[in-house]
Amino acid sequence: MTIKGKAYIAGIYEHPTRHAPDKSTAQLHAEVAKGAIEDAGLTKADIDGYFCAGDAPGGLWPMVDYLGLKVRHVDSTETGGCSYLIHLGHAAEAIAAGKCSIALVTLAGKPRTGPMPPRAAGAEADFEVAYGATTHNAYGMCAMRHMHDYGTTSEQLAWIKVAASHHAQHNPHAMLRDVVTVEDVINSPMISDPLHRMDCCVVTDGGGAMIVTTPEIAKSLKKPLVRLIGHGEAMKGPRGGKDLDLTYSAGVWSGPRAFEEAGVTPKDIKYASIYDSFTITVLMQLEDLGFCKKGEGGKFVSDGNLISGVGKLPFNTDGGGLCSNHPVNRGGMTKILEAVRQLRGEAHPKVQVPNCDLAIAHGTGGLLGVRHAASTCILERV
Amino acid sequence: MAETKKYPAPVTNPETVEFWEAAKAGKFMIKRCTACGEAHYFPRSICPFCFSDKTVWEESSGEATIYTYSLMRKSPTGPYAIAYVTLKEGPSLQTNIVDCDLTSLKIGQKVKVVFKPTDGAPLPFFTAA
Repeated sequence: MTIKGKAYIAGIYEHPTRHAPDKSTAQLHAEVAKGAIEDAGLTKADIDGYFCAGDAPGGLWPMVDYLGLKVRHVDSTETGGCSYLIHLGHAAEAIAAGKCSIALVTLAGKPRTGPMPPRAAGAEADFEVAYGATTHNAYGMCAMRHMHDYGTTSEQLAWIKVAASHHAQHNPHAMLRDVVTVEDVINSPMISDPLHRMDCCVVTDGGGAMIVTTPEIAKSLKKPLVRLIGHGEAMKGPRGGKDLDLTYSAGVWSGPRAFEEAGVTPKDIKYASIYDSFTITVLMQLEDLGFCKKGEGGKFVSDGNLISGVGKLPFNTDGGGLCSNHPVNRGGMTKILEAVRQLRGEAHPKVQVPNCDLAIAHGTGGLLGVRHAASTCILERV
Repeated sequence: MAETKKYPAPVTNPETVEFWEAAKAGKFMIKRCTACGEAHYFPRSICPFCFSDKTVWEESSGEATIYTYSLMRKSPTGPYAIAYVTLKEGPSLQTNIVDCDLTSLKIGQKVKVVFKPTDGAPLPFFTAA
């Protein structure tokens, strides 16, 4: 049993806003849903499956009602920023099993306009909450240990932001469009050692959506054909505190599962969407996915190796979360959307990868330094 | 700022109440599984490794080394250092390093447990040994 080739991404939409004080969160979900449905050339009545995560106000019942959907399959898997990458895999499973034929996945929210509601407490709450783990210091702890174990440097991490900025200059919707240098990054204020402000992603209002469907329906529509050929998901946490190692992510498990299902290797990938909540997130995931050996990520990302048209592995050609968009502090959806643009040949001409027929979209959710999920999707142009 | 920082009182529950009662007496407790021999933290009634229910409380030495850390430069209550420390007994845990020079912390540095008051049971932290 495999989902290889069983599901196609037929519609995509990324909200152009990065600041939406004049809209409701549910409204943003509706706007991205509408955008993706129209991009696919479908109507709302065609949707028979719906997927959303923790950003959807009230979850499935209110959202299905608010959007006016009539569905026969739903999934509200919540794994933070990578929820939508997992939704893509789960949608493919549901479609392969005949549980639905046209699935809608939405993400939207407004962290830039106001504070986000707190997460529900886990069993660890009394033993961790007081210590003030945030995204910045949790990823900072990963970077600190990676530097200790492998000699990774701030300059090497900076190259990831530099590459993202080279791409963002061509994206009219990107929040930060200025090209920056390694010096700019390491001279930006220290937020939580060893991460500087420019090692951190943007905070944006906005959202995105996609339509996942059967091969037959996708082929009846007008868009270039993009299909999922491999998917993996995994989780990692301190697990009782045994053998703690913050230098790798759950991507070490989700990646190989996806590559094996797809029957390809990292060497075959033409374009990579890699979750970039922080520069260290990218570096660790590139290692974990097998684009380079563990500990050699710093060397791999240096000297523009991630810049489209310059390096060997063009990444996040929309400018990514580091420069363009990180709606609701959840980067998984935009990772899929830019990968689909690349495979369709719809990326900006300055960053479009020639003959891009195989791409990866990968992300993590939660806190890399505490507990997190990872999901890997291998996408192919047919 | 650190002197005025107010920490949240543990909510506690039937599974962990003994940990917090011991904390009031200045003891830092971990759990050990008598079936597989592994110690773990935070405490569970069922071993997260072998899933045996034969877990028992054990007083930790409170001695640890810093596995990693990050100094948060700004917060509403001032700078603070989050860390993972590895106990002499084995388990690693999340904490804050307190009451010492936060600008000269090092991975591998020896630290020891200290308790700080809340409106409920005191919370464990670590400081330079």
